[in-house]
Amino acid sequence: MLKSFRIGGIHPPENKLSAGKPVQSVALPKQAIILLGQHIGAPAQAVVNKGDSVKVGTLLAKAGGFVSANIHSSVSGTVAKIDQITDVSGYKRPAIFIDVEGDEWEESIDRSSTLIKECNLSDKEIIQRISDCGIVGLGGATFPTQVKLSPPPGMKASILIINGVECEPYLTSDHQLMMEKTEEILVGITILKKAIGVDRAVIGIENNKKDAIAKMQGLVSSYPGITVCPLKVKYPQGGEKQLIDAIIRRQVPSGGLPIATGAVVQNVGTAFAVYEAVQKNKPLFERIVTVTGKSLKSPSNFLVRIGTPIGQLIEAAGGMPEDTEKIISGGPMMGKAIVSTEIPTTKGCSGVLLIRNLESAREEMSPCIRCAKCVSACPMGLEPNLLAKLSTFSNWEKCEHEHIMDCIECGSCSYTCPAHRPLLDFIRLGKGKVGNIIRSRAAKK
Amino acid sequence: MDKKIIISPSPHIHSGNSVEGCMYGVLIALIPAFLVSLYFFGLGALIVTVTSVLSCVIFEYLIQKYILKGKPTIKNGSAILTGVLLAFNVPSNLPVWIIIIGALVAIGIGKMSFGGLGNNIFNPALVGRVFLLISFPVQMTTWPKPEAFNTHYLDAETGATPLSLIKQGIPIENTTLDLLLGNVGGSLGEIGAIALLLGFAYMLWKKIITWHIPVSILATVAIFSLLIGIDPLTQLLTGGLLLGSIFMATDYVTSPMSSKGMIIYGVAIGLLTVIIRQWAAYPEGMSFAILIMNAFTPLINMYVKPKRFGEVVKNG
Repeated sequence: MLKSFRIGGIHPPENKLSAGKPVQSVALPKQAIILLGQHIGAPAQAVVNKGDSVKVGTLLAKAGGFVSANIHSSVSGTVAKIDQITDVSGYKRPAIFIDVEGDEWEESIDRSSTLIKECNLSDKEIIQRISDCGIVGLGGATFPTQVKLSPPPGMKASILIINGVECEPYLTSDHQLMMEKTEEILVGITILKKAIGVDRAVIGIENNKKDAIAKMQGLVSSYPGITVCPLKVKYPQGGEKQLIDAIIRRQVPSGGLPIATGAVVQNVGTAFAVYEAVQKNKPLFERIVTVTGKSLKSPSNFLVRIGTPIGQLIEAAGGMPEDTEKIISGGPMMGKAIVSTEIPTTKGCSGVLLIRNLESAREEMSPCIRCAKCVSACPMGLEPNLLAKLSTFSNWEKCEHEHIMDCIECGSCSYTCPAHRPLLDFIRLGKGKVGNIIRSRAAKK
Repeated sequence: MDKKIIISPSPHIHSGNSVEGCMYGVLIALIPAFLVSLYFFGLGALIVTVTSVLSCVIFEYLIQKYILKGKPTIKNGSAILTGVLLAFNVPSNLPVWIIIIGALVAIGIGKMSFGGLGNNIFNPALVGRVFLLISFPVQMTTWPKPEAFNTHYLDAETGATPLSLIKQGIPIENTTLDLLLGNVGGSLGEIGAIALLLGFAYMLWKKIITWHIPVSILATVAIFSLLIGIDPLTQLLTGGLLLGSIFMATDYVTSPMSSKGMIIYGVAIGLLTVIIRQWAAYPEGMSFAILIMNAFTPLINMYVKPKRFGEVVKNG
């Protein structure tokens, strides 16, 4: 029996159209637009001004707080302006606009492709390098990596879990990375193990990526303390809490941090970025983005400089199909529908998905028939039907009592509902309200 | 960009599950039992089922259109299902006018008076059935005898059901094989254990229902019967036990939502059924047991919660 998380879950069609497509570089944009808030936490503070010339890898903005990350230039050229631009959330956010000239890299970056296995830095030095290079979690949540590697006082990590699950339908960027950069990822994992002081790391990979599992298993023997764990194909296997439960059979307590289980979870993409940062001195300014969709001419995995407009990626994959109704940044279950193709790519953008009317149309909802499909699908063991109902009645107190804040917004409830009720929409609304109530209560104390 | 695109929150895809899909799935699962019934009760089974379905659909359409003044709901299949289940719970020689009254009570009082599908507290088909049982006790307990390729309706030869014989202390003549195949007197759709179990397997396969409710009812009845010294197999295969536990007690709207809740509900139905069969005035207790537990469903939902992730904080 393959390991899996124990509560709920669904199995949407996988639709991995771009699986096995080698990573290709896309052309440099004419103008790169680099957002200052590409991570969870405070936006970075710009350290360049209009007219400054920058190289690939030049620091553009410094972390704006403890939970924040540095941002580096992905192109060489001149800073045209620092202005607002609409990002994936639909709001205007500050960004640095750079007119691209040539492709000149900072001298300090090692651009060779030789694998460097040895790492003589101490744990503190590794974390400092990761922080300097602006590494954030590349699985989508974009939590600054150095923060995750420094557990709060009194907490100690005992295992490192590497997330190679990629349970979102359509997305293949992590899969392709594992196929092409296997050794680099393993070195990155070894470095991460050293940084948090654990001697055991497990790479969790969903069993629909048998080639990646085989490749990893073939190479782990020369990296002590690392094992590969094939996982059942079930959504949301790649959710941080679900992955910890699947691999070490411990559940993050309600309202607690993952470290409470002794596990630190990092994405495979993050492990690769850590390798590049520590061994090659390369800041995080490019990543693999899956560009996919059923009507798209050539679904692909692209190596993309951060700040490249999403529209340019769609052009590179054969252009926007006529029947596109929704453009998603991320996967179909948790990604965000974006308002314009001019939105630039960010560190957290794992995919661009073009959805047709056929898949995107929401049917009219009918009354709840209490079939309990949402209850059996919920991976957090909540009652989505009840939470959604309480939320429509604005009963925030009861929402909190029914643990609405435990919801990870995976979308399994809305996905499965036969009455087409937008359960997660209502639950999100409730989460927002209850979150505010909890914060104001904490502020009063 | 001049193209019109849609912006909405995630998830952006849907499973394709639908209310109609669930309802028609249950109807498909009822086909084997209906075929058995057609074979043994023939013309009567056909007339009763068609009348019941048509009246349920027409009543729902009229009430929705002229009283509730809402959008038509008959295409979601739930009225058809109520009609079939009502027919399955009455004798196949029941006069048409009684069936129409039953359908009116099932749809009108059992379902639409609460606001339609999803809002009713009691299983509509059972509300209709119990109303008929109390109002027309003679017609509702005059059971036609099974007969291969039956062409009788109102003129069918009648006889007792195994459970009514047991109640009177008379040993039953039917063999276990008769009970399995459906060669036995009883309500239209409750005969033919194998056919009903086939429907159960289909619904499990299609994930329309889970095992919790039927299995906990059947297990409870078997164990309780053993404890009080009656033959568990006869109890399981006779009366509406299989039909009730597979198709009636599992009605989405009126049964609990968590798996723990479903088991509590199933065990209680099993206990109540045996108690009624054994010690109460009626030979058959399934309908009453389900209706009683329907009333407890909101309470079960309130107090029995699914196991939450991270609920138990383990030490270390």
